[in-house]
Amino acid sequence: MPSPSAPWTKNRRMAVMLLGVTALFFGFGFALVPLYDVFCELTGLNGRTSAATNVITTQTAGDTHRVVAVEFTSTVMPGLTWAITPQTARLEVHPGELHHVSYRVRNLSDKPVVAQAVPSVSPGLAAASFEKLECFCFSQQALDPGETRELPLAFTVKPGIDKDVQTITLAYAFFKLDDAKASPAAEIP
Amino acid sequence: MNTTTISDTASHHDEHDAPTGIARWLASTNHKDIGTLYLWFSLFMFFFAGALAMLVRAELFQPGLQLFQPEVFNQLTTMHGLIMIFGAIMPALVGFANWQIPLMIGAPDMAFPRLNNWSFWLLPAAGILLIATFFVPGGAISGGWTMYPPLYIQGGMAYDISILAIHILGISSIMGAINIITTILNMRAPGMTLMKMPLFVWTWLITAFLLVAVMPVLAAAITMLLTDRHFGTHFFNAAGGGDPVMFQHIFWFFGHPEVYIMILPAFGIISTTIPAFARKPLFGYASMVYAVASIAFLSFIVWAHHMFTTGMPVGGQLFFMYTTMLIAIPTGVKVFNWVATLWRGSITFETPMLFSIAFVCLFTIGGFSGLVLALVPVDIQLQDTYYVVAHFHYVLFSGSAMAIMAGVYYWLPKWSGRMYNETLGKLHFWLTAIAFNITFFPMHFLGLAGMPRRIPDYALQFADFNMISSIGGFMLGVSQLLFLYNVVQCIRRGTPAADKPWEGADTLEWTLSSPPPYHSFVTPPHIK
Ligand SMILES: [Cu+2]
Repeated sequence: MPSPSAPWTKNRRMAVMLLGVTALFFGFGFALVPLYDVFCELTGLNGRTSAATNVITTQTAGDTHRVVAVEFTSTVMPGLTWAITPQTARLEVHPGELHHVSYRVRNLSDKPVVAQAVPSVSPGLAAASFEKLECFCFSQQALDPGETRELPLAFTVKPGIDKDVQTITLAYAFFKLDDAKASPAAEIP
Repeated sequence: MNTTTISDTASHHDEHDAPTGIARWLASTNHKDIGTLYLWFSLFMFFFAGALAMLVRAELFQPGLQLFQPEVFNQLTTMHGLIMIFGAIMPALVGFANWQIPLMIGAPDMAFPRLNNWSFWLLPAAGILLIATFFVPGGAISGGWTMYPPLYIQGGMAYDISILAIHILGISSIMGAINIITTILNMRAPGMTLMKMPLFVWTWLITAFLLVAVMPVLAAAITMLLTDRHFGTHFFNAAGGGDPVMFQHIFWFFGHPEVYIMILPAFGIISTTIPAFARKPLFGYASMVYAVASIAFLSFIVWAHHMFTTGMPVGGQLFFMYTTMLIAIPTGVKVFNWVATLWRGSITFETPMLFSIAFVCLFTIGGFSGLVLALVPVDIQLQDTYYVVAHFHYVLFSGSAMAIMAGVYYWLPKWSGRMYNETLGKLHFWLTAIAFNITFFPMHFLGLAGMPRRIPDYALQFADFNMISSIGGFMLGVSQLLFLYNVVQCIRRGTPAADKPWEGADTLEWTLSSPPPYHSFVTPPHIK
C-alpha cells in the first residue's frame, strides 16, 4: 500500500524512466537490422557481395602469379519448379581478369514463373573481393512455361584478395516470387 | 519486532484488507501472495515440461522410432526447452524476488503492488496458450526453442500463438523487472545502504536490469518473425533480401544475457544459504557484488559464441572466444568465495545446504564444459551435439533448478510457518543429485562421440549411453514427486517452525514471525 505522497511519485518517475529504457532497447532490436547490414556491406562478412558495380575496373592484365579457383553452384528453393545448371562448374582465374560464365535455367512447370536468384560467396572473407560486373541476380527472371534461358554472369576477382583464399564458391539460391511480389522494383544486392 | 505466533492454518491474518477465498488470489496485491502464486505456477510448469522430457527420454531409450514420429519428437524437445526457461525457471526466480526482496530490505511491499498482480496473471494466460498449441492443426512449434528462421517463418498456426505467448511472457518479465528495480532502489529501510544489501537482493537488482535491456530485444526479434510471416517483410527471408543469420545475431544478443538472468538470482540464493549453514559471513561480499556486475556486463559482448559455425571470419571468432573465456574470471571469483566461506565453518548438512554444495560442484562442471565450448576449434566439432545438451543442463538444472530447490527448502519454514520433513528432503536431494548425474554425465560422452541433438533416432553405437541416460532421466523425474509431496505435506501438517529455524541465518526476514504477518515492516526496521 504505497502512501500517496512523496515515495509514490518517486517510484512513478523511476518506472517511467525504466519504461523508456525498455522502449529504447525495443527500438535497438530493430536498429540491429540496418546496423548489421551496413556492417556486412562494409566488411563483406557473411558472404555479402557488393551490389552492381557500374564502373568496369579496367584491369589490363591479371596477376598471373596467382591462381584462384572459382566454383559455381545453385539451389532451387522449395516451391520453384525450375531446373538450374551452371554451365561452368569450376574455373581457375588470375585475380584481375574479367570472366564470363552462364547458368542454364528451364521452367519445368506449365505456368509462367518469376524467380529471383540470391547470391552468396564463401568463404565470407573473399566476398568483398568478388566483383560481379553483370549478373542475372540483379533483376527478376520471368520464364514462360517450358522456356529455357541462358543467364549470363561476368565477374572478376580483385587482385587484393586475401592470400589464404584458394577457392571461392559462388552459390545462388533461386526463390520463386509470389505474383504480388514479382513487381517492378525488387532491389536485391 | 513483530513476533506474534500464528497458531494454525495458512498465513491468514484477519486484518483489514486481506480478502479471502479465490478473490484473495485473483486480486491480490500482496507481495507474499503473489510470490506464492509465482512459485506454484512455476512448479506446475516444471512438472509439465518435465513430463515432456520424460517422453523425449522414452523415445531415446532405444535406437529406432518407437513412440513418436520425428515431427512430434521435435515438438517435445522444443516445448520442453521453451517452457522450462520461460515457464519454470524464470517465474520461480521472480517468485523468490517477490517473497524475499521486500522482507530482506525491510520494505512493506513491492513498489507497484497492482502492477505486480498483472505481471503474475499474464503468466497463466501465456502458459495456457503455449500448452494449447499441442492441439492446433500441425501441432506445437518444433523448430527448437531458439526460434530460428526459416523454420519459424514457414511453420503453422502454433508459431503465431507461441510468438504471442512469448510476447506476453516478455511483458510480464519487464513489468516485474521494473517493479523490482524500483523497490530495491527506492524502498530500502533506513540504514540499508546498497553495499549492506543481502547478496540475493543485489543479484536480483542486476538481473532486473538485464531483463529490461534484453527482453525488448527478444520482443523485437519475434515481432520481425511475425511480420515476415504475415505482412510481407523480409527481415530474415533470403528471397526478399533478408538474412536468416541476422536473426541469430539478434536472438543471441538476448539469449546470452538470458542465461545469466536464469543463473544470477541462483547465485544470490546460494550466497545466502552457504553462509547460513557454514555459520560464517559470506567471504568477499564486495567482490561478489563486483563479480555479478561484471558477469552482467560481459554477457552483452559474447553472443556470437553460439554462432561459430555460421561462417564468421577468424577475427570475429577470436573476439567472441576471448570475451567468453573472460567470463570465467568473475565466475571463478564467486566459486572461490563460496568455497572460502565454507573453509573452517561450522557446517551442518540440512537439505538446503546439501543442494547448495551440489550446486557449487555441479555448476562448476557446467562452467568448465562451457569453457570447452568457448574454444572455436572445439566448438566447431561440438556445435549441436549432446555435449552442448550436457553443458546447459549442468548449468540450468544443477545450477538454476537445484539452487531454486535449495531456496525453497531454506525459506519454506519462513513462508509457511512449518517445517518440512528433513528425512524426505535429504532423500529427495540424494535421489536428485544421483539421478541428475546418471542422466546428464553420459551426454558428454555422446556429444564427444558425435551424437547430434534434436534427433529422435540415432546410430547404434550411441545406444548404451542413451539407455543409461534415459534410466537416470526417469529416476530424476520420479524423484521430483517427492519434492511436491514434501512441500504439500509441510504446508498442510508440518510441525510449526521457529521464527529463525536456521542458527546461522542473519538476514532481516528471520526477525519476523514464521509465517510473517500479512503486512510486514509497515514501520521500517532500522539497520545499524
Ligand atoms: Cu551464450
